[in-house]
Amino acid sequence: MAWFWKRKEEGEEEPRRKLVHAEGLWIKCDSCKEIVYRAEVERAGRVCPKCRYPFRISARERLALLIDEGSFEERDTGLSSQDPLGFKDTKRYRDRVRAAKEKTGLEEAVISGLARVGGFPVVLCIFEFHFMGGSMASVVGEKITRAIELAFVKRLPLIILSASGGARMQEGIISLMQLAKTSAALHRLAEERIPYISILTDHTTGGVTASFAMLGDINVAEPRALIGFAGPRVISETIRQPLPEGFQRSEFLLEHGQLDLVVERRELKATVRRLLAFFADRPVSFP
Amino acid sequence: MPEELEFEKPLLELENRIAELRASSDPLAARDEIASLEDRLHRLQQRTYANLTPWQRTQLARHPKRPHTLDFYRLLLEDFVELHGDRLYGDDKAIVGGLARFEGQSVVVIGQQKGRDTRENLARNFGMPHPEGYRKALRLMKLAEKFAKPIITLIDTPGAYPGLGAEERGQAEAIARNLREMSALRTPVIAVVTGEGGSGGALAIGVANRVLMLEYAIYSVISPEGCAAILWGDAGKAP
Repeated sequence: MAWFWKRKEEGEEEPRRKLVHAEGLWIKCDSCKEIVYRAEVERAGRVCPKCRYPFRISARERLALLIDEGSFEERDTGLSSQDPLGFKDTKRYRDRVRAAKEKTGLEEAVISGLARVGGFPVVLCIFEFHFMGGSMASVVGEKITRAIELAFVKRLPLIILSASGGARMQEGIISLMQLAKTSAALHRLAEERIPYISILTDHTTGGVTASFAMLGDINVAEPRALIGFAGPRVISETIRQPLPEGFQRSEFLLEHGQLDLVVERRELKATVRRLLAFFADRPVSFP
Repeated sequence: MPEELEFEKPLLELENRIAELRASSDPLAARDEIASLEDRLHRLQQRTYANLTPWQRTQLARHPKRPHTLDFYRLLLEDFVELHGDRLYGDDKAIVGGLARFEGQSVVVIGQQKGRDTRENLARNFGMPHPEGYRKALRLMKLAEKFAKPIITLIDTPGAYPGLGAEERGQAEAIARNLREMSALRTPVIAVVTGEGGSGGALAIGVANRVLMLEYAIYSVISPEGCAAILWGDAGKAP
């Protein structure tokens, strides 16, 4: 077989999908490859009308879909990584961060603050996957922790919407320790019986799933999101086997007891509202 | 399983005849006949249900047309949000639980779910939970306790599932843990036996501040068939 006919090996991941393939009235779905009407996609909150695949969207777009309009009050801005290791791979870490800032218009891979969802005040964190794969290093870990502490002080429900490849390599062990820091902060929140809703979106893996993303009182995911500890490529290379269809997708996790709910994007706000209403209802006294 | 029980047949025949007459071209002419048939039906119902044998009660508790847990949820609750999974191994569809409002009060509900047909029964495992079902139930109860919401459980199961996977994953431990933890929950629990209350598999969501049973529901240490198999060496001796 000539090399140019050679099929891709099984289990090999598709190259990273682009979000939008053509500007204009029609776009091609990343998942089912159908050509779909752009306006219809937008109306559904950037979801394919044919196969219901939720396109990856920015933190700002997420915000607009989830919260009451104009209710976001950002906190903990102005934090920026100090590049503690002076790290350099094919590029300098500082340059990578600068490029990510320019690309996304954000300071780091997460935005946090106060907001309202269906009238209920909450503390909210939203990840930006386009900022270095939503990876968590010192600043992200710190912002998440401060948001947890804000929920603690204000006694407000906490919502973290994750989209992250995990801990950021470029800050080494400091990144790793953000797992412990955020989880410890959540323990305090749990002791105070303040509700925490974790929303997992495509994709949420590594140190983020192995810390706060899986610790929700309620764990919600978008359909077909890739969620796991080790990434599929690492697993298939380790076990030297192709992975089963649907492995590590939301529906797989639901089946395996890891998620409370899988909710379509257009239903997300209403569902979160219902959950918040449950938590906000008067507590019963029990002698 | 037949859709009707043997002792129900005379009742159903009468009901059908009344329905036919009502649907006939001239229901007014048949008015007297309908009234007398209804009277007979009423008396027959009273006589039948006043003299049920224990086995007939068991059959009623397992009646194929009896409402199941999700039917009760639909009829009793508002804003039900089903929550899945034990966060450990799986999501057991033989137990259905979640958040809801009952008469305006936020509650956590948990119940065993039987199927209506073969396909659904396979998915629901005939209402016989695995350990992951009991662990999901306990997880939801802890959620209720954490946020000070009352718990309502609906019990309708032949029993915990006796199978390989269930034993491997600690069926007995899961039940035992639920009994221990439920006994100390810091939130009110109401348990209702809506159909079959089969043994430890029922009690594992049944340790409550108030325990209710619907009429013609059963609650026992073991299923009649299991008892007959142990004491007489033949499950067929149950009736």
